[in-house]
Amino acid sequence: MLLGPALAISAVLFTLGVAGVLLRRNVIVIFICVELMLNAVNLTFVALSQHLGVGGQVFVFFVMAVAAAEAAVGLAIILAVYRHQRSVDLQNMRLLKG
Amino acid sequence: MSLDPTRYGDLALILLPELVLTGWALIVLLFVAWRHETARDLRITGWLTFAGFVATAGAVWWLWWRVAHAAGLAGMIAVDDFRWACDWIFLGAAALTVLLSFRYLEREQLLAPEYYVLLIFATLGMMIMAGGADLMVIFLGLELMSIAVYVLAGFDRRRARSAEAAIKYFLLGAFASGFLLYGIALVYGATGTTNIVLIGVQLGFAGRPGVMLLAGLALLLVGFAFKVAAVPFHAWAPDVYDGAPTPVTAFMATGVKAAAFAALFRVLLEGFAPLDVWRHIVWWLALVTMIGGNLLALGQRSVKRMLAYSSVAHAGYLLVAVAAEGTAAFLVYLAAYTLMTLGAFAVLAAKGREGESEVTIDDLSGLGGQRPWLAFAMAVCMLSLLGFPATAGFIGKWYILLAATQAGENLLAAALVVTSVVSAGYYLPVIMAMYMKPESSEAAHVDVRLGRTAAVAVALMTAGILILGVWPNRLFDLARTAGDSVRPANTLSAPPSGARPGN
Repeated sequence: MLLGPALAISAVLFTLGVAGVLLRRNVIVIFICVELMLNAVNLTFVALSQHLGVGGQVFVFFVMAVAAAEAAVGLAIILAVYRHQRSVDLQNMRLLKG
Repeated sequence: MSLDPTRYGDLALILLPELVLTGWALIVLLFVAWRHETARDLRITGWLTFAGFVATAGAVWWLWWRVAHAAGLAGMIAVDDFRWACDWIFLGAAALTVLLSFRYLEREQLLAPEYYVLLIFATLGMMIMAGGADLMVIFLGLELMSIAVYVLAGFDRRRARSAEAAIKYFLLGAFASGFLLYGIALVYGATGTTNIVLIGVQLGFAGRPGVMLLAGLALLLVGFAFKVAAVPFHAWAPDVYDGAPTPVTAFMATGVKAAAFAALFRVLLEGFAPLDVWRHIVWWLALVTMIGGNLLALGQRSVKRMLAYSSVAHAGYLLVAVAAEGTAAFLVYLAAYTLMTLGAFAVLAAKGREGESEVTIDDLSGLGGQRPWLAFAMAVCMLSLLGFPATAGFIGKWYILLAATQAGENLLAAALVVTSVVSAGYYLPVIMAMYMKPESSEAAHVDVRLGRTAAVAVALMTAGILILGVWPNRLFDLARTAGDSVRPANTLSAPPSGARPGN
């Protein structure tokens, strides 16, 4: 794959992820958008490693491990919130304001 | 003591504090798996954790005192005095948090000793962040810290507020990590390395920076600005600080913020020193954060939210030190800020119930008459946060002012003074309420109890604030030597010298 298109695709994916986080209100969807951002970064790393050596591919493994740990904790927190609110919508979370 | 990172024995010495704390974390984790039933198990775990922090601080002290430095340049972890100084601040904040937590956890019925394990892992992440000389190492440290703190923020899971704080912190934290990581990827693409020293060397030779590098730097700055809660990326901080259990809030406002600042400082001053763009960005961030944080704090009734916005404002003062490249001023202020913020949250934790969100400034009325020592500690912390002379906060602010004027940033210095005056508008009402207003009822402060360990911690912090405010010379010497070890890459060859904790 050529470097230019790969970087462009990852930039578009990253922007989609950011837009999703900012625009959507469902916590699970926001979480998936964050994962999309991380995977866009992974694509960048892999694309760059064609020119810069194997380092980029190693970073991808780090990012994947971190994303998995984050998913475990994140889903547990979402579950804890659901037990209180019976909903995972950000609009229902207004206890903390001011 | 010259250490060669290519030899395993020396590498183990370089990583000694982290290895000690990792080993300790695993031991505590095993212990917790075996005993997690009663309040007594919780107390034993707490003391075990405290001992772990003390042992790690000892390891850091030993390396600092022996003037450890690495042979060769481009390691993945820095071996310099800046790392040791930051480690001490993190370990101090973590150890004081343990002391504050003993009674709090029992009172709020949070009888899960895993709390302390998470505290250790978060501290370990902070130490890796402050020591990381490679963007990937800093990212891994950041995630280790953040994931542990996400759980800590939601630790009081029976309260909806705590769960809500955790979800907000988690979403914003993961979002910020995404920005940081994309920034790392782009910088890697532009320079071909993630090593901070090598980035610095390369930028020193390169001509005009390309689009990829600038975009990477901007994304890195956005990620860090989220983590340190700089305006306009601060929106999560008041909510999260408000909802989390108060000792956790104290830990987040001091340790987590200090770690993000330490990593930011090293990345900008060692890696991106040849580039001028970030100085302008940080300049504006500092200005906006000082003004925004202080003005927003003025409108708060709840003490906890007021302290949350105050910590946003103090991030602005620290950003002034970053913009002025005053490493020594940065470390002095970080130490002072840690003491006074932890102290203020400790007193608040004694006053409140159920997360302390409901404690308003008026609720503190008459505390000075009924609990003179507690009120005295709170007053000292407030005056220090305000920057009153003879407190550590004053020394820190004065030192930042000095660094700012020396760097020619007179406008930032003026903004720091003006916003500090504004901050009297929310720090002084606390003192006035405590000493000048009558208590609402006879029994208003009857159930205010610190607990023995927390009382020791508060006494230590108050004494520290006053002692550093009157005799700051020793701290200055240490901070200056430690600060000098963070320099642009092309000046990194000189051997270390100067003040150590042992001499």
